[in-house]
Amino acid sequence: MDNNVILTMRGISMTFPGVKALDNVDFTLRRGEIHALMGENGAGKSTLIKCLTGINAFEAGEIHVEGIQGAVVNHSTLDAQKKGISTVYQEINLCPNLSVAENLFIGREPKNKLGFINWREMIKRSEKIMKDLDMPVDVTQNLEEYSLALQQMIAIARAVDMDCKVLILDEPTSSLDDSEVEKLFKLMNQLKAKGVGIVFVTHFLEQVYTVCDRITVLRNGQLVGEYPIADLPRVKLVAAMMGKDFDDLASIKSEEAPVFTDEDILIDAKGMSHKGTIKPFDLQIHKGEVVGLTGLLGSGRSELARVIYGADKNQTGVLKVNGKEIKVNAPIDAMNLGMGLLPDDRKAEGIIGDLSVRENIILAMQAKRGVFRLLPMSKQIEIADEYIKLLQIKTASRETLICQLSGGNQQKVILARWLATNPDFLILDEPTRGIDIGTKTEIQKLVLKLAGEGKSLIFISSEIEEMLRTCTKLAVLRDGEKVGEITESLSQETVMKAIAGGGDTNE
Amino acid sequence: MNNIKKLTSKALFLPIFCMLLVMAANIIYDAANGNFALNFFTISVRNGVLYGRLIDILNRGSEIAILSIGMTLVVSSSAGTDISVGSVMSLAASFCCMLLAGYGTAATTELAVPLLVGVLGGILLACVCGAFNGFLVAYLNVQPMVATLILFSAARAIGLLCCNNLIVYVRNDSFKMFGGYLGFIPTPIVIAAGCILVMAILLKKTALGLYIQSVGINKKASRIAGLNSGKIIFLCYIVCGLMAGIAGIVASSRISSADSNNIGLNYELDAILAVALGGNSLGGGKFNLAGSVIGAYTIQAITTTLFALGVSSDQAPVYKAIIVIIIVAIQAPPFNAWVKRLSAKRALAKGGV
Repeated sequence: MDNNVILTMRGISMTFPGVKALDNVDFTLRRGEIHALMGENGAGKSTLIKCLTGINAFEAGEIHVEGIQGAVVNHSTLDAQKKGISTVYQEINLCPNLSVAENLFIGREPKNKLGFINWREMIKRSEKIMKDLDMPVDVTQNLEEYSLALQQMIAIARAVDMDCKVLILDEPTSSLDDSEVEKLFKLMNQLKAKGVGIVFVTHFLEQVYTVCDRITVLRNGQLVGEYPIADLPRVKLVAAMMGKDFDDLASIKSEEAPVFTDEDILIDAKGMSHKGTIKPFDLQIHKGEVVGLTGLLGSGRSELARVIYGADKNQTGVLKVNGKEIKVNAPIDAMNLGMGLLPDDRKAEGIIGDLSVRENIILAMQAKRGVFRLLPMSKQIEIADEYIKLLQIKTASRETLICQLSGGNQQKVILARWLATNPDFLILDEPTRGIDIGTKTEIQKLVLKLAGEGKSLIFISSEIEEMLRTCTKLAVLRDGEKVGEITESLSQETVMKAIAGGGDTNE
Repeated sequence: MNNIKKLTSKALFLPIFCMLLVMAANIIYDAANGNFALNFFTISVRNGVLYGRLIDILNRGSEIAILSIGMTLVVSSSAGTDISVGSVMSLAASFCCMLLAGYGTAATTELAVPLLVGVLGGILLACVCGAFNGFLVAYLNVQPMVATLILFSAARAIGLLCCNNLIVYVRNDSFKMFGGYLGFIPTPIVIAAGCILVMAILLKKTALGLYIQSVGINKKASRIAGLNSGKIIFLCYIVCGLMAGIAGIVASSRISSADSNNIGLNYELDAILAVALGGNSLGGGKFNLAGSVIGAYTIQAITTTLFALGVSSDQAPVYKAIIVIIIVAIQAPPFNAWVKRLSAKRALAKGGV
């Protein structure tokens, strides 16, 4: 065995009901390297990591950790932590109602002589951790007071502080903005220099090529190969992940810009607002138009959409749909007007975890029909099967619980839920977050197809490129306020300038 | 082996298994004492009505079975329990008897108001109690335990107030009928069967079951998907109150009186236990009505069995507790995981690795 190797996994196999999730997978991690684990949704990345950290029990194979005799089997994450393996997951697994300090030290609180928690020590050490990482956080505040991005950073800080040999980052950047990603990379490089082995799971190709030393690619639960970063250019990586050459992302939008007239206005918002989240805004959306909302995280881009949909109550101004002034008190009112909202927080507001894929798909449709008009089972099955096929949802069956699906496939199910209601106006809030590149293209194509059918969409994404590919108009938000619209000369540069502010935005 | 696995993974396996366990204990006991081994299952007709241990269990278990229906919905939708059902039972009984006897009358054979008015009055009041609980939980976001604690302590006292601190006796044959016999079948069995049937049809033919589970699993996501989470939780509490009212009338009719201090005493605990025994998570979400009902009758079967075995009523709770501990432990996830690991180890050993 190579002296530098700190973790080896050999021949790992495991099955979920009906699916071979991992089939004889090997993985090797060396000291002081950042190792990307790549693959499409459902390729088995998360499952492999869960086998390592003891959340899933694998059926065959062996794990060896440097400095520990014999094969290692972890039964819980605590077990894994004791062996020097720490994990930060895509969805934040901390307690929002505890303070930052408590979250940092939960399960390993500093004790005084009497065995009680030494609060002063805990807060002092927490403050030091935050200061070392250059994070402006009051450690006595509850975690929920901070943005998703900061929570993610705190989760990483917690893992880092636990003296780990192996640090696993599962999609850590999917809710971070660029400057935060940079901070995270700085941190990762510091750890790398200290000799920590980092497993980095991400869908962002650029990020892989920025920080990683080595790439392991999985596909359909099987190992495709392990490559040094220099040997695997981007195109080859994508080909390895998908098992085929992928069509060029840039070429999906038609060249000519569509022309809209005032008669085509579907959504006409005037002075709508919600106290504390979004200041009064005007927005017009035409039939067949894709409007992008852009801005930094927390700029109010999600909140604007939520007010139109009625997820947050509109407190001022009016909303006209098809020229008629209407009142939306709850999401169901908006749905009856033909709206749909795919929320950005999939776990908290999207999936109904313990219900099946079928039930999740027909839920919105059933809600529109009302409680007494139950969709007949045959119809439910028909609809579920139709969308599983249409969106290529990878699931063992339509009766599989949605929580057993990978993140990207969960997202497809929620998308199917809304498509089944045949909406005229669909709001997609970060529909491609945490989703592999193949599915991303599929969703973008779907957006353009829906627009082609005369449906209107709001598209919200942190990736400007993605919005440039799909949207005909961008609304720019800054600090909870809509500051402008860009309809002409859409380019990365103009959008960045508009987001940053200070410059001119046309209108 | 595969077939066994399939069987044990069925949702109703554990509740039915527990029920069978209790029955087996009966058979073994009867056989050991030289009685007819299937004594437990023997049903005969005496004095023109059905008679037998099984009938007794179905009869006596009616109230808990009825309560468990409402409790299942409450647990599923709000991830909390309604601990006021026993007290609400008592209140419904007291109010009903007060209406039937007239305020301040301690005993009567003549009804002061038509029977239906009294009974529906009692049930309606129970629904109001349910609505009160539901309002606190669904719209004021009070924790279910705290919200229902109010009526848990107050409802019984309100009942006493209705009855002017008396135990009101209604010795009228038409009122006695609810706790007596309908033809040769005990009426409570019919009433419980009716409640279960109506609820089962409601869950089967409407989207109510989907709505309740959806709200119980993820309230926020359900709202975004167009469900009115508050209204659904509110409705579940009203149904729970309704069931408590019906159970209260049955219990009161059995003893032809409104004994505020004793009717439904500790029944809330049995109802919650029935839901848990039925394999339902008290953390809300997915539910199985059949499981809860089986759980309710299992509890009664344990009680009846203990009495049949000659355990005195003072000591019965001790044995009951032991049995419940065993049943709950069998259903606990760590136990299941342990069994799984054990069988995996055994399989590994067989494979010769």
